[in-house]
Amino acid sequence: MAIDFIVNGKGASTDAPPATPLLWVLREGLKLTGTKFGCGTGLCGACMVHIDGKRAFSCQTQVSEIAGKSVTTIEGLSVDSSHPLQKAWLAEHVPQCGYCQSGQIMSAADLLSQNPQPTRAQIIEHMSTNICRCGTYQRIVRAVERAAREV
Amino acid sequence: MTQHVAVGALNASPSQVLSRRQVMLGAAGLTFAVALGVDRPAGAAALATERTGKALSPWVSIAADGTVTIMSPATEMGQGSMTSLPLIIAEELDADWSKVRVVPAPPVDAIYGNPGFGGMMYTAGSNAVTSYYRPLRIFGAQVRRVLLDNAGKKLGVPVEELATEPSAVVHAKSGRKLSYGEIAAFAEIPAKAPEVKPEALKKPGEFRLIGKDVRRVELPGKVNGSARYSIDVQVPNMLYGAVLRAPVEGSVPDKIDDAKAKVIAGPVTIVRLPYGVGVLADTPWAAFEARRALTQSVTWSRTGTAWGFDSDKGMERFAADAKNLARGATEWSRVGDTRGEMQKASSALEVEYRCDYAYHAQMEPLNAIASVSQSGDSVEIWAGTQSQSIACEAPAKVLGIPRDKVKLNDMLMGGGFGRRGNRDVDFIIDAVLLSKEAGRPVKVIWTREDDVHNGRFRPISAHYLKAGFDPSGKLTAWHHRIAVDRVGPYMDPVRYQMSGGKDFIAMLGADLQGYDVPHQLVEQLYRDTGVRTNPLRGISFTANKFATETFLDEIAVKRGIDPVKFRLELLKNTPRAVKVVERVAEMANWGKNREGRGLGFAFLDYSGSQVAGIAEVSVDRNNGQIKVHDFWCTIDCGVAVQPDNVAAQTESSIVYGLGMSLSERISVKDGMVEQSNFYDYRVPRMNEVPAMHIEVIATDNHPTGAGQMATPLIAPAISSAVMQLTGVRLRHTPFTPERVKAALA
Repeated sequence: MAIDFIVNGKGASTDAPPATPLLWVLREGLKLTGTKFGCGTGLCGACMVHIDGKRAFSCQTQVSEIAGKSVTTIEGLSVDSSHPLQKAWLAEHVPQCGYCQSGQIMSAADLLSQNPQPTRAQIIEHMSTNICRCGTYQRIVRAVERAAREV
Repeated sequence: MTQHVAVGALNASPSQVLSRRQVMLGAAGLTFAVALGVDRPAGAAALATERTGKALSPWVSIAADGTVTIMSPATEMGQGSMTSLPLIIAEELDADWSKVRVVPAPPVDAIYGNPGFGGMMYTAGSNAVTSYYRPLRIFGAQVRRVLLDNAGKKLGVPVEELATEPSAVVHAKSGRKLSYGEIAAFAEIPAKAPEVKPEALKKPGEFRLIGKDVRRVELPGKVNGSARYSIDVQVPNMLYGAVLRAPVEGSVPDKIDDAKAKVIAGPVTIVRLPYGVGVLADTPWAAFEARRALTQSVTWSRTGTAWGFDSDKGMERFAADAKNLARGATEWSRVGDTRGEMQKASSALEVEYRCDYAYHAQMEPLNAIASVSQSGDSVEIWAGTQSQSIACEAPAKVLGIPRDKVKLNDMLMGGGFGRRGNRDVDFIIDAVLLSKEAGRPVKVIWTREDDVHNGRFRPISAHYLKAGFDPSGKLTAWHHRIAVDRVGPYMDPVRYQMSGGKDFIAMLGADLQGYDVPHQLVEQLYRDTGVRTNPLRGISFTANKFATETFLDEIAVKRGIDPVKFRLELLKNTPRAVKVVERVAEMANWGKNREGRGLGFAFLDYSGSQVAGIAEVSVDRNNGQIKVHDFWCTIDCGVAVQPDNVAAQTESSIVYGLGMSLSERISVKDGMVEQSNFYDYRVPRMNEVPAMHIEVIATDNHPTGAGQMATPLIAPAISSAVMQLTGVRLRHTPFTPERVKAALA
């Protein structure tokens, strides 16, 4: 039975088995490959998306859970990389290999939507959910602070 | 003369191989393609997929609209070579950087090979800028010269009267100007490249791009999800593959009971492979599920060396052998006569150190896509690889086809750190074998657990060090014996042979590079446990500098000398080293006591780059947790082609070193890896990293590496800081809470 949901503001449907992680439906079915596979266990955050406006590990979300819900991926954060976080990410030259950065940005966007002026300690606490193996953490903090200033 | 250069060179048989210079311009020709409608901000170069315009050399094409396409010979894993190398060409070409597009170079070793790796295309060792710097400047200047000659002819003036400004030739006398795009439209390409002498290249003061930060070309795609890694590639009619590998290298599947795997949703094919069992399915999830179902349904042969190996017990044997001078060892390096001087020494100090296996943990689990043709005589591959050469050679060998029948699409890598350059490219061969079996394109994705269990690790090592002193207390003799699991012969037998049987990946950094100690002897005790090993960021410098720098700190402490002053005394003949050491001490306010905190120092000369660091730490005595609050670091890597990127790489290598120092540890029981995922292989998170204070000290020296230089500083700096704070010395990395608690008890 097909599962209907919304992705980046548009209607979507999948006939994947209900236990399939949302991650694979997004990546291989809907070709939204900006959301990454990193650990498959909700430990690294490379797969982070928003579900009804809150961050969620798409590798830990079964498609059956998102029926009728609204999913936002990095591709839907802005149409032209104009989200303040995306601009700040470029201004601070954050990405290195870049693989984790969609998840980092989606986590940071979740933070700013709840708390537009986070303290440094709040940024660090929130963002420690996401792993960056290139160690871009110091620049991520600067970029989140910059985005918060410029919003 | 109308052939596309890449195709022409690929089709050349070995007997027709031309010299680099002949190829450089001789094979160039005209190619016209529709410009890609890439949206990009003004002033920024971009990453492209195809060259456009006229090929003025195998490296540079210029289109009538002024777009300059430059080939990048190095692959991109986040280190920035895909920007830095083309930028070096653009500098001498005097190209307008905002008009540059960068294209990954095709796998043609004769043109694009790395001079630092015997001409193969290989991105490793923080060596890309170091090795390509001179040749790329010449190649850029040659193309500029061709543009000048053509402009001179067109304008009817002597070339000597012409100058260039970004992407234009200017005749000051007449006030006339021709853009590079205009010239390219009528340019005649000489059969032989013009000669450019090194003294004709720009002086550092004339640089417009080198030393000035630009945005990395691939960055925009990395903030909106459009950057393409191999894991993102989909090709029509593609299947998904997963592989259950033998738990021990050299083992093969014996009995396969596929009943459980076959009952999962969707059709699944089980394929026996020489080293494991492959699964083919319509979706990645189905492939993973089937593979999981197989784990308890396959039995394995007990072939392979590592069965029965236990890394804790192995470490004890390594350590016992290292300090037992009767145990045979191979001389790695020697200065003076350590054995003789040790006899004469009036006092001595002996210490041993240990380092565990460590895992790369690149964020993108290994994967590749292969499409083997129906007849099996060609293959197309999409992969993230540190060596385009190996990524073509290995599949060609497996399929028994010529290398030029392998079409490689080298993709951005979600991290490399040394994992993607092994000679057998295990992760690519998976896709090749399964595609051949399926008769369809196959994308093989490793799970994180696959990536850990089948990791290829930084080797374990045990270090015995002995220092001899003269009656005045001066350090005169140095002996370092290293029992270390072999790397070279396993990960790349070809290069191991070429290097004359020297295991560089296990031994580099064991010397006292830069320090003035009159008698030094370094020996290797070669060990082969059968465990899979590989270069890993910082390679052997990380383990060997942990031993040598911590030992120097121990010597200083024992003799009651300030550890920084002690280094400065030993480094007094190396002015560049003195500068990085003095500066980092100044930045950290070294010598000023901090309540409840310790400071530790380390220095290294890493392939010519001078690097120094200071860690400020505290220790929670109840739980054994070390916290690094600040890390100060100075680096002199000669000409800093992209200074902010050097700083970024230094931040990155500090964080990498932090993980190796505090938490990252692979253990092996009965030949099998015990860890599985990020819950038991813990890499640093944001709340664990120190504030990093980095100063790039740019000099006019030939550029040396920047991609991993700080990693080896971290463990000795932390060990020495903990010593200063607690009086207890940590000698076994990683300094896990259990080990710290035991040491403090």
